[in-house]
Amino acid sequence: MSEAFVLLEDGARFDGEACGAAGQVTGEVVFTTSMSGYQEAVTDPSFAGQILTFTAPHVGNYGVSAAAMESDRIHARGAIMRAAMDGEDAPGAEGWLTWLADAGVPAIGGVDTRALVRHLRDRGAMRGGIFAGVGEEEAARSVAAEPSMAGADLAATVSPPAPVELAPLAEGGPGAGLSIGVIDTGVKTSIIRNLRERGARVTLLPCAHADFAAYDLVFLANGPGDPAALEYIVQNVRAVVGQKPVFGICLGHQLLCRAVGLQTYKLPFGHRGSNHPVRDLGTGHVEITSQNHGFAVLGPGGEHRIEADEPVRWETGFGAAELTHVNLYDRTVEGLVLREASAGTLQYHPEAGPGPHDSLHFFDDLLTGLA
Amino acid sequence: MPKREDLHKILILGSGPIVIGQAAEFDYSGTQACKVLMEEGYEVVLVNSNPATIMTDPEVATATYVEPLLPGPVAQVIERERPDALLPTLGGQTALNLAKALSENGTLERFGVELIGADHEAIDRAEDRDRFRATMEGAGLRMPASAIARSLAEAREAAAAIGLPAIVRPAFTLGGRGGGVARTPQDYERVVARGLAASPIGQVLIDRSVIGWGEFEMEVMRDRADNVVIVCSIENLDPMGVHTGDSVCVAPQQTLTDRLYQELRDQSIAVIRAVGVETGGSNVQFAVNPASEEVLVIEMNPRVSRSSALASKATGFPIAKIAARLAVGYTLPEIRNDITRATPAAFEPTLDYCVVKWPRFAFEKFPGSDAVLTTHMKSVGEAMALGRTFGQAFAKAYRSRELDAPAAPAADPLAAAAEPGPDRWDHVLAALRTGHGIEELARATGIDPWFLRELEPIAADPDAPFRGLERSFRAVDTCAAEFPAETPYFYSGWERRAADEVRRSERPGVVILGSGPNRIGQGIEFDYCCVHAAQTVRASGRDAVMLNCNPETVSTDYDTSDRLYFEPLTLPDVLAVCAVERPEGVIVQFGGQTPLKLAAGLRDAGVPLLGTPVEAIDLAEDRGRFGRLLAELGYEAPPYATAHSPAEALACAQDVGFPLLVRPSYVLGGRAMEIVYDRDGLEDYLTRVGTGSDPERPEIFLDRFLEDSIEIDVDALCDGEEVWVGGIMQHVEEAGIHSGDSACVLPPHSLGAPMLDQVREWTRGIGRALGVVGLLNVQYAIRGGRLYVIEANPRASRTVPFVSKAIGLPLAKLATRLALGESLSALELPADPTPAHVSVKEAVLPFDRFDGADALLGPEMRSTGEVMGIAEDFPTAFLKAQAAAGAQLPDSGTVFLTVTDGDKPAAGAVAILLHGLGFRVVATGGTAASLETMGVPVERLNKLGEGSPHVVDWIEQGNVDLVINTPTGTGARSDGWQIRAAAVARGIPCITTMAGALAAARGIWQARRQESEVRSLQELHAGERAAPSAAA
Repeated sequence: MSEAFVLLEDGARFDGEACGAAGQVTGEVVFTTSMSGYQEAVTDPSFAGQILTFTAPHVGNYGVSAAAMESDRIHARGAIMRAAMDGEDAPGAEGWLTWLADAGVPAIGGVDTRALVRHLRDRGAMRGGIFAGVGEEEAARSVAAEPSMAGADLAATVSPPAPVELAPLAEGGPGAGLSIGVIDTGVKTSIIRNLRERGARVTLLPCAHADFAAYDLVFLANGPGDPAALEYIVQNVRAVVGQKPVFGICLGHQLLCRAVGLQTYKLPFGHRGSNHPVRDLGTGHVEITSQNHGFAVLGPGGEHRIEADEPVRWETGFGAAELTHVNLYDRTVEGLVLREASAGTLQYHPEAGPGPHDSLHFFDDLLTGLA
Repeated sequence: MPKREDLHKILILGSGPIVIGQAAEFDYSGTQACKVLMEEGYEVVLVNSNPATIMTDPEVATATYVEPLLPGPVAQVIERERPDALLPTLGGQTALNLAKALSENGTLERFGVELIGADHEAIDRAEDRDRFRATMEGAGLRMPASAIARSLAEAREAAAAIGLPAIVRPAFTLGGRGGGVARTPQDYERVVARGLAASPIGQVLIDRSVIGWGEFEMEVMRDRADNVVIVCSIENLDPMGVHTGDSVCVAPQQTLTDRLYQELRDQSIAVIRAVGVETGGSNVQFAVNPASEEVLVIEMNPRVSRSSALASKATGFPIAKIAARLAVGYTLPEIRNDITRATPAAFEPTLDYCVVKWPRFAFEKFPGSDAVLTTHMKSVGEAMALGRTFGQAFAKAYRSRELDAPAAPAADPLAAAAEPGPDRWDHVLAALRTGHGIEELARATGIDPWFLRELEPIAADPDAPFRGLERSFRAVDTCAAEFPAETPYFYSGWERRAADEVRRSERPGVVILGSGPNRIGQGIEFDYCCVHAAQTVRASGRDAVMLNCNPETVSTDYDTSDRLYFEPLTLPDVLAVCAVERPEGVIVQFGGQTPLKLAAGLRDAGVPLLGTPVEAIDLAEDRGRFGRLLAELGYEAPPYATAHSPAEALACAQDVGFPLLVRPSYVLGGRAMEIVYDRDGLEDYLTRVGTGSDPERPEIFLDRFLEDSIEIDVDALCDGEEVWVGGIMQHVEEAGIHSGDSACVLPPHSLGAPMLDQVREWTRGIGRALGVVGLLNVQYAIRGGRLYVIEANPRASRTVPFVSKAIGLPLAKLATRLALGESLSALELPADPTPAHVSVKEAVLPFDRFDGADALLGPEMRSTGEVMGIAEDFPTAFLKAQAAAGAQLPDSGTVFLTVTDGDKPAAGAVAILLHGLGFRVVATGGTAASLETMGVPVERLNKLGEGSPHVVDWIEQGNVDLVINTPTGTGARSDGWQIRAAAVARGIPCITTMAGALAAARGIWQARRQESEVRSLQELHAGERAAPSAAA
């Protein structure tokens, strides 16, 4: 294996061995602490523009398979690993590194990922790249040329050019007869599947789509990039809230929050993993959640931390609103509900893929509430 | 929810002696629980019969009762202390079974004691096989096809539906004791019969075999608000069919997809909710078919377990501590994560390293038993290692085991790897090395190919995971570095460039070397001493730095020391820690032989040692030099010689004189030590045992064995000049039984004051002459009124915790102060610490685990643990110790005697006593005749060769309640062997020495006379304080 290295914009360098596709890549270097689901992660469109560091030491253990795709392709720009393996276990599976290479995604193994993660934790997620066969100076120039994640509209790059209609996967279910329009800013397959498995018809809409008349529910998807760069979507959302039920996950949560007047900001190093505790402020119950976001929502008073252990209520242009969920790691906002309009969101990923299933009931609650 | 204010006093049950399947992990969990509840302001009442535990230290609980873990004594404690609640989930299966019994016999209701953590219903749903299956089916979960049988006939009926191979498990036993895998119809009958006998409720579960499937465990926690988290997943490298305690395991799991992992997670949560464990930790085991992805629930433990101790050490999430807080009403989000100090305990640890656990076996101690691994746990200890990769952790755990000898190579490594045994993984590596492909090996063994792929480079080069990389100390932080870690718990990983995360304080540090994996001869007693050393170092204003690799222990709790290094106890690993720590010194005297063996290497590397200098250790261990030292002092010792070949041994033997105690040079726990009575016996020994494990330095030690002598053990403290004797113990068994296996009594019950003075005088002389700084243990024999020195060990001995609890003074802590430079006079010790009460230590033996091994005591140590009985007089203390050791002596019934000619006079006295107590006395031929001549009414039984019904039939039919059998022959299949095997199989107390028999008879007599009292250690040592701790 040939030598390769990770270079960050502040000059920190971490050596390893090249694996995956040949060549170099730059992007925002982030990390996930999830111990399972490497394939789900890199195919999640929310990772567009990012190079993903896995804190789990071994990646690739059981190969890749069609069942674990969260979209039709790899969206992460590169993968940084401590011990990368090209193994395959199940029949029909493919080797992880071979798959990355075939998709043209560079990767690096043998990296002291813990040292890298500590660096990112202390100084924040930053631009960087995976390099092989080039000098450090040239690599530094490439990193400097990479645009910053703040202010980036990446949703447009992963959104479909035209609506895509998907039939229900079940005849009955709480979503039977419902037609859901998803503003597809990079929606994960697991979200779509959870809606369709409950009997709903799902239409994926280009992210600038503004006509929701045909749908019973407007669903705001997850996706990459800075929500502040998506004001055009926020305006469409603002127009439809109160007219149609509007629910969302992750980036969709941030967009609805902006639509009701909350601000978003960039987290120092994001929340990416499968072990974040989130409290439902209404019931007090704690769920272990799947998370993947680099931006977050400020409270109604502009606060970063929500210290209350009951729902935080305030008035918006759409009537009363409540912050319903809080992250127990750093007390950041994890959910919103409008009291006088059918609208609500979650910052975390109830659809899992990868991660725990504690919050799958969200889909039942949502669809039952609409029926 | 806040903590419960309606509870004031909480009873905690320990797990009793260390036995296979229930080891030091319950001292770790119980100690954590006691500490947490005391911190929360509750009064804690503790019952545990094992003195070698930190939890029975008097400051850990409000009232500590060293009493047998049986319904009677515990009911007495309850009546006396009137606790509000009983927390039964931290003392293993023993505590759970006991709590269930106390609930069922009405004790808890009578005294208004609430079960917290798990109620009777939840315990019963998890433990009763029928109810567990019904509960799982009710929750929509699947288990292997199975049947429950209460008789052999029922089992035969079930066999057709289930098919062979089948797994048989007795209900309500520890670590699957008495279970096994049946592959043939004959096997099936045998294993079912054994299981029925082993189950306290006469019930076995027969399962569809899932041998070869992947085996996974999940550690789950739930609070009373129904928040549930998974602390850790554990994957067994050995597929189903090998008990998880005997399997090599990795955490976190490595081979499941996210989808399958989440399936296990969902099912674990469903299991804990369905069983109804209201608060605390549980362990759920699964079998996963790698081809079909079928998932089956195997079992759940509604309590803290061996696996949860492993999970706590593997992740940094202290399960027992949190379980105790949950039991008194807190919820997970209300409890802080100790390690990050910023995040709550309501989360799931994520690991950026791998953890490998390796079992340690002791088959060599039990000749005649099959060295085959089954669902019946046989390992006696375990080592754990952390590494940045699986390969690093595997290789570190492999070397952490400290084996006496490497595994013998197999002629056909593939076949050997397919048959699970103690050396299986050596055969797997050998098979990889000799060109067997991964697929071929995976097919033959059922081992997941991922592990084999990772092991391939290690097979070729054991150092492969470390090649070209630098050692780098990393923190265990529960969060993969997402948050800064405050708790200094470290392991070494290897990276391209070293980047240590260790932050030393300004205080000087003292490194304490632990004792590594538990093994026979080196157990929890040494961990107890290491913990005391750490506490004392901290109290002195220095940083205590602990280095150990045993996940079961209190020493590897990150709360015990200022910095914990979870590392193998080899010289390079210890030196690497010293390089980072730059300690004031290293303490080697508390971890048994393991650190002592490193002392010279550390000194040579320039590391300062605290306490007894290496020169003194060498002087005590070098037989020639020590012999000369004794001669100079004018102290007598039995004649001895050292031979370097079998021929020389035979020649020396004549000079030394028979009978001889012989052993090879390298000995731990008296391994391969035997008594030979003549030249033929010695020749036979030399043929069987050889000349030691080091072919470079063949050495055989020969000592004259002093027959019919009394053995004495002394623990003392020395500051290099002055010596203080802490305790003199007299062995109950006569000489020839390893001191670790012999019952002993403190103070001595039959030695006069002049002899005790002489023992003290000689101990002082030896301590001063050796220049010991810290603990000194001396063993003596007394024969014909003369005192002989057997050996001196300038280190903590196995009896230190027992003596400390008996006299109420912590010897290991005092020794640490000496090692740190204080003088004896500064310790202000009483001139004579001999207590008014009598304490008896009894050993606990694992013969019921090793089919085919002879249940006979001898010079080779076999016990896994010990218990203590405390009372006003010797017979009562002895009886309590017997009851606590599991050999609950009958108070009436039939006693069977068969003894050697030499023992016949003594047998008469025992028989008269027992007859007088109303026992029916039965005996075979010679013994019966001898008893008749002494006027004891005795019934004669057939010997084995004399036709049925013979003695073994009697025992098997349950017609005998107590067996007294002194050995006439030790070979397999001898009459004595069969009698003892039958008694062990039926769980009937079997006493193999006359001294033991006499003590037992006296104890039974004493018990008949009066109900023995229970008193807490705090009361015993406070003297006048008579009342139990006042109710709040």
